Amino acid sequence: MDKVFKALADPSRRKLLDVLRTDNGQTLGELCQHLDMSRQAATKHLKLLEAANLVVTVWRGREKLHYLNPVPIHEIYERWIGKFERQRLRALYDLKEGLEKNYEK
Amino acid sequence: MKNKAEFVYVTYIHSTVEKVFDALTAPEMTRKYWAHLNVSDWKVGSPWKHEDANDGQLRLVGKVLEKDPPKRLVISWAFPADKDNEAKHTRVTFLVEPGPNAVRLTVTHEELEPGSDMDKGIRRGWPVVLSNLKTLLETGSAMDTKTLFAFSKK
Repeated sequence: MDKVFKALADPSRRKLLDVLRTDNGQTLGELCQHLDMSRQAATKHLKLLEAANLVVTVWRGREKLHYLNPVPIHEIYERWIGKFERQRLRALYDLKEGLEKNYEK
Repeated sequence: MKNKAEFVYVTYIHSTVEKVFDALTAPEMTRKYWAHLNVSDWKVGSPWKHEDANDGQLRLVGKVLEKDPPKRLVISWAFPADKDNEAKHTRVTFLVEPGPNAVRLTVTHEELEPGSDMDKGIRRGWPVVLSNLKTLLETGSAMDTKTLFAFSKK
Protein backbone atom coordinates (compact mmCIF):
# COMPACT_ATOMS: atom_id res chain seq x y z
CA MET A 1 0.00 0.00 0.00
CA ASP A 2 3.01 2.33 0.56
CA LYS A 3 3.81 1.93 -3.12
CA VAL A 4 0.28 2.96 -4.13
CA PHE A 5 0.38 6.17 -2.11
CA LYS A 6 3.88 6.97 -3.32
CA ALA A 7 2.85 6.38 -6.92
CA LEU A 8 -0.21 8.60 -6.54
CA ALA A 9 1.72 11.40 -4.82
CA ASP A 10 2.85 12.95 -8.07
CA PRO A 11 0.79 15.04 -10.51
CA SER A 12 2.50 13.60 -13.61
CA ARG A 13 1.69 10.07 -12.56
CA ARG A 14 -1.91 10.98 -11.76
CA LYS A 15 -2.11 12.58 -15.21
CA LEU A 16 -0.82 9.34 -16.75
CA LEU A 17 -3.63 7.45 -15.00
CA ASP A 18 -6.17 10.03 -16.23
CA VAL A 19 -4.96 9.58 -19.80
CA LEU A 20 -5.31 5.80 -19.49
CA ARG A 21 -8.74 6.16 -17.96
CA THR A 22 -9.89 8.04 -21.06
CA ASP A 23 -8.27 5.60 -23.47
CA ASN A 24 -7.13 2.33 -21.95
CA GLY A 25 -4.43 0.16 -23.49
CA GLN A 26 -1.90 2.63 -24.95
CA THR A 27 1.71 2.24 -26.02
CA LEU A 28 4.45 4.42 -24.53
CA GLY A 29 4.52 6.46 -27.75
CA GLU A 30 0.77 7.11 -27.63
CA LEU A 31 0.98 8.09 -23.96
CA CYS A 32 3.79 10.57 -24.63
CA GLN A 33 1.65 12.37 -27.22
CA HIS A 34 -0.81 13.32 -24.47
CA LEU A 35 1.80 14.35 -21.95
CA ASP A 36 4.29 17.10 -21.61
CA MET A 37 7.17 14.82 -20.73
CA SER A 38 10.05 12.96 -22.33
CA ARG A 39 9.97 9.26 -23.12
CA GLN A 40 12.53 8.69 -20.38
CA ALA A 41 10.45 10.52 -17.79
CA ALA A 42 7.28 8.68 -18.84
CA THR A 43 9.11 5.34 -18.63
CA LYS A 44 10.28 6.15 -15.11
CA HIS A 45 6.78 7.13 -13.97
CA LEU A 46 5.23 4.06 -15.58
CA LYS A 47 7.71 1.83 -13.77
CA LEU A 48 6.57 3.21 -10.41
CA LEU A 49 2.92 2.89 -11.38
CA GLU A 50 3.52 -0.71 -12.44
CA ALA A 51 5.33 -1.53 -9.20
CA ALA A 52 2.27 -0.22 -7.35
CA ASN A 53 0.01 -2.38 -9.59
CA LEU A 54 -1.83 0.74 -10.74
CA VAL A 55 -0.74 0.12 -14.31
CA VAL A 56 -0.67 -3.31 -15.95
CA THR A 57 1.17 -4.03 -19.19
CA VAL A 58 0.29 -6.58 -21.86
CA TRP A 59 2.33 -7.44 -24.94
CA ARG A 60 0.34 -7.51 -28.20
CA GLY A 61 2.79 -8.67 -30.83
CA ARG A 62 5.60 -6.12 -30.69
CA GLU A 63 3.54 -3.52 -28.86
CA LYS A 64 3.55 -3.10 -25.11
CA LEU A 65 0.16 -1.78 -24.05
CA HIS A 66 -0.51 -0.03 -20.73
CA TYR A 67 -3.78 -0.45 -18.82
CA LEU A 68 -5.13 1.38 -15.81
CA ASN A 69 -5.69 -1.04 -12.92
CA PRO A 70 -7.97 0.57 -10.32
CA VAL A 71 -8.10 -2.51 -8.04
CA PRO A 72 -5.51 -1.22 -5.50
CA ILE A 73 -7.40 2.08 -5.24
CA HIS A 74 -10.55 0.16 -4.47
CA GLU A 75 -8.69 -1.73 -1.73
CA ILE A 76 -7.84 1.60 -0.10
CA TYR A 77 -11.45 2.64 -0.38
CA GLU A 78 -12.66 -0.58 1.24
CA ARG A 79 -10.18 -0.24 4.07
CA TRP A 80 -11.19 3.23 5.18
CA ILE A 81 -14.76 3.59 4.00
CA GLY A 82 -17.13 1.24 5.76
CA LYS A 83 -20.42 0.00 4.46
CA PHE A 84 -22.37 2.71 6.29
CA GLU A 85 -20.32 5.67 5.11
CA ARG A 86 -20.58 4.38 1.56
CA GLN A 87 -24.15 5.57 0.93
CA ARG A 88 -23.74 8.87 2.77
CA LEU A 89 -20.59 9.69 0.80
CA ARG A 90 -22.37 8.80 -2.42
CA ALA A 91 -25.15 11.23 -1.50
CA LEU A 92 -22.67 13.98 -0.67
CA TYR A 93 -20.75 13.38 -3.86
CA ASP A 94 -23.96 13.54 -5.92
CA LEU A 95 -24.91 16.78 -4.18
CA LYS A 96 -21.51 18.34 -4.88
CA GLU A 97 -21.57 17.20 -8.51
CA GLY A 98 -25.12 18.43 -9.04
CA LEU A 99 -24.44 21.83 -7.51
CA GLU A 100 -21.19 22.34 -9.38
CA LYS A 101 -22.83 21.39 -12.65
CA ASN A 102 -25.55 23.98 -12.07
CA TYR A 103 -23.01 26.71 -11.37
CA GLU A 104 -21.25 25.98 -14.63
CA LYS A 105 -24.40 26.68 -16.64
CA MET B 1 -7.35 1.91 -34.23
CA LYS B 2 -9.25 0.17 -31.49
CA ASN B 3 -13.00 0.25 -31.86
CA LYS B 4 -13.73 -2.01 -28.91
CA ALA B 5 -12.97 -1.25 -25.27
CA GLU B 6 -10.73 -3.52 -23.29
CA PHE B 7 -9.73 -3.73 -19.64
CA VAL B 8 -7.02 -5.58 -17.77
CA TYR B 9 -7.36 -5.94 -14.00
CA VAL B 10 -4.73 -7.48 -11.74
CA THR B 11 -4.81 -8.38 -8.09
CA TYR B 12 -2.24 -10.22 -5.97
CA ILE B 13 -3.75 -12.66 -3.49
CA HIS B 14 -2.00 -14.51 -0.67
CA SER B 15 -3.50 -17.89 -1.47
CA THR B 16 -2.97 -20.86 -3.80
CA VAL B 17 -3.78 -21.05 -7.51
CA GLU B 18 -6.25 -23.86 -6.78
CA LYS B 19 -8.16 -21.79 -4.23
CA VAL B 20 -8.28 -18.74 -6.52
CA PHE B 21 -9.50 -20.82 -9.47
CA ASP B 22 -12.09 -22.51 -7.26
CA ALA B 23 -13.28 -19.12 -6.00
CA LEU B 24 -14.10 -18.09 -9.59
CA THR B 25 -16.07 -21.20 -10.49
CA ALA B 26 -17.75 -22.42 -7.28
CA PRO B 27 -21.17 -20.78 -6.74
CA GLU B 28 -20.94 -21.12 -2.94
CA MET B 29 -17.73 -19.06 -3.14
CA THR B 30 -18.87 -16.43 -5.65
CA ARG B 31 -21.96 -15.88 -3.49
CA LYS B 32 -19.71 -14.64 -0.66
CA TYR B 33 -17.69 -11.97 -2.45
CA TRP B 34 -19.61 -11.35 -5.69
CA ALA B 35 -23.22 -11.52 -4.44
CA HIS B 36 -23.91 -13.66 -7.49
CA LEU B 37 -23.70 -17.35 -8.28
CA ASN B 38 -21.52 -18.47 -11.19
CA VAL B 39 -23.19 -21.69 -12.32
CA SER B 40 -21.84 -24.12 -14.93
CA ASP B 41 -20.25 -27.54 -15.28
CA TRP B 42 -17.31 -25.52 -16.68
CA LYS B 43 -16.70 -27.85 -19.62
CA VAL B 44 -15.55 -26.21 -22.85
CA GLY B 45 -18.65 -25.40 -24.90
CA SER B 46 -21.00 -25.51 -21.89
CA PRO B 47 -23.16 -22.52 -20.96
CA TRP B 48 -22.54 -20.62 -17.73
CA LYS B 49 -24.89 -18.26 -15.91
CA HIS B 50 -24.53 -15.48 -13.38
CA GLU B 51 -27.45 -15.29 -10.95
CA ASP B 52 -28.17 -12.63 -8.36
CA ALA B 53 -27.67 -14.29 -4.96
CA ASN B 54 -30.40 -12.16 -3.37
CA ASP B 55 -33.30 -12.49 -5.78
CA GLY B 56 -32.20 -15.38 -8.02
CA GLN B 57 -32.51 -13.24 -11.18
CA LEU B 58 -30.43 -14.19 -14.19
CA ARG B 59 -27.97 -11.33 -14.83
CA LEU B 60 -25.44 -12.68 -17.32
CA VAL B 61 -25.05 -15.63 -19.65
CA GLY B 62 -22.26 -17.04 -21.77
CA LYS B 63 -20.25 -20.06 -22.74
CA VAL B 64 -17.05 -21.67 -21.55
CA LEU B 65 -14.59 -21.02 -24.39
CA GLU B 66 -11.30 -22.35 -22.97
CA LYS B 67 -10.35 -24.05 -19.76
CA ASP B 68 -7.01 -25.10 -18.33
CA PRO B 69 -7.48 -25.43 -14.56
CA PRO B 70 -6.18 -24.04 -12.29
CA LYS B 71 -4.41 -21.63 -14.66
CA ARG B 72 -6.77 -20.28 -17.23
CA LEU B 73 -10.46 -19.88 -17.96
CA VAL B 74 -11.99 -18.02 -20.91
CA ILE B 75 -15.73 -17.34 -21.06
CA SER B 76 -18.11 -15.31 -23.18
CA TRP B 77 -20.17 -12.79 -21.23
CA ALA B 78 -23.47 -11.17 -22.24
CA PHE B 79 -26.77 -9.85 -20.91
CA PRO B 80 -29.50 -12.52 -21.09
CA ALA B 81 -31.36 -10.39 -23.69
CA ASP B 82 -28.32 -10.68 -26.01
CA LYS B 83 -27.96 -14.43 -25.56
CA ASP B 84 -28.48 -15.19 -29.26
CA ASN B 85 -26.84 -12.04 -30.57
CA GLU B 86 -23.17 -13.03 -30.68
CA ALA B 87 -22.10 -9.59 -31.91
CA LYS B 88 -22.91 -8.28 -28.44
CA HIS B 89 -21.03 -10.98 -26.57
CA THR B 90 -17.96 -9.86 -24.69
CA ARG B 91 -15.05 -12.02 -23.61
CA VAL B 92 -13.45 -12.54 -20.21
CA THR B 93 -10.13 -14.29 -19.57
CA PHE B 94 -9.05 -15.31 -16.07
CA LEU B 95 -5.35 -16.03 -15.70
CA VAL B 96 -4.14 -17.44 -12.38
CA GLU B 97 -0.35 -17.45 -11.96
CA PRO B 98 1.72 -18.48 -8.96
CA GLY B 99 4.29 -15.95 -7.72
CA PRO B 100 6.96 -15.86 -5.02
CA ASN B 101 4.70 -14.21 -2.45
CA ALA B 102 1.22 -14.28 -3.86
CA VAL B 103 -0.96 -15.57 -6.67
CA ARG B 104 -1.42 -13.09 -9.50
CA LEU B 105 -4.97 -13.02 -10.85
CA THR B 106 -5.40 -11.21 -14.17
CA VAL B 107 -8.86 -10.55 -15.55
CA THR B 108 -9.02 -9.34 -19.15
CA HIS B 109 -12.38 -8.12 -20.44
CA GLU B 110 -12.48 -7.63 -24.21
CA GLU B 111 -14.87 -6.96 -27.09
CA LEU B 112 -16.81 -4.31 -25.20
CA GLU B 113 -18.85 -1.71 -27.04
CA PRO B 114 -17.47 1.64 -25.75
CA GLY B 115 -20.07 3.51 -23.69
CA SER B 116 -22.50 0.57 -23.60
CA ASP B 117 -24.23 -0.47 -20.37
CA MET B 118 -21.94 -3.48 -20.25
CA ASP B 119 -18.84 -1.29 -20.64
CA LYS B 120 -19.99 1.04 -17.85
CA GLY B 121 -21.13 -1.80 -15.63
CA ILE B 122 -17.96 -3.84 -15.71
CA ARG B 123 -15.75 -0.77 -15.10
CA ARG B 124 -17.53 -0.28 -11.80
CA GLY B 125 -17.92 -3.95 -11.05
CA TRP B 126 -14.53 -5.58 -11.50
CA PRO B 127 -12.52 -3.51 -8.97
CA VAL B 128 -15.21 -4.20 -6.34
CA VAL B 129 -15.39 -7.92 -7.10
CA LEU B 130 -11.64 -8.46 -7.25
CA SER B 131 -10.77 -6.57 -4.10
CA ASN B 132 -13.54 -8.42 -2.26
CA LEU B 133 -12.25 -11.77 -3.57
CA LYS B 134 -8.82 -10.85 -2.22
CA THR B 135 -10.32 -9.92 1.15
CA LEU B 136 -12.27 -13.18 1.34
CA LEU B 137 -9.34 -15.45 0.50
CA GLU B 138 -6.90 -13.61 2.76
CA THR B 139 -9.09 -13.02 5.79
CA GLY B 140 -11.75 -15.72 5.50
CA SER B 141 -14.62 -13.25 5.29
CA ALA B 142 -15.78 -10.80 2.65
CA MET B 143 -17.50 -7.41 2.82
CA ASP B 144 -21.25 -7.50 3.26
CA THR B 145 -22.44 -8.21 -0.26
CA LYS B 146 -25.82 -6.51 0.30
CA THR B 147 -24.13 -3.13 0.36
CA LEU B 148 -21.20 -4.15 -1.81
CA PHE B 149 -22.64 -2.76 -5.02
CA ALA B 150 -24.54 0.14 -3.50
CA PHE B 151 -21.74 2.55 -4.34
CA SER B 152 -20.76 1.02 -7.63
CA LYS B 153 -24.27 0.57 -9.05
CA LYS B 154 -24.85 4.23 -9.76
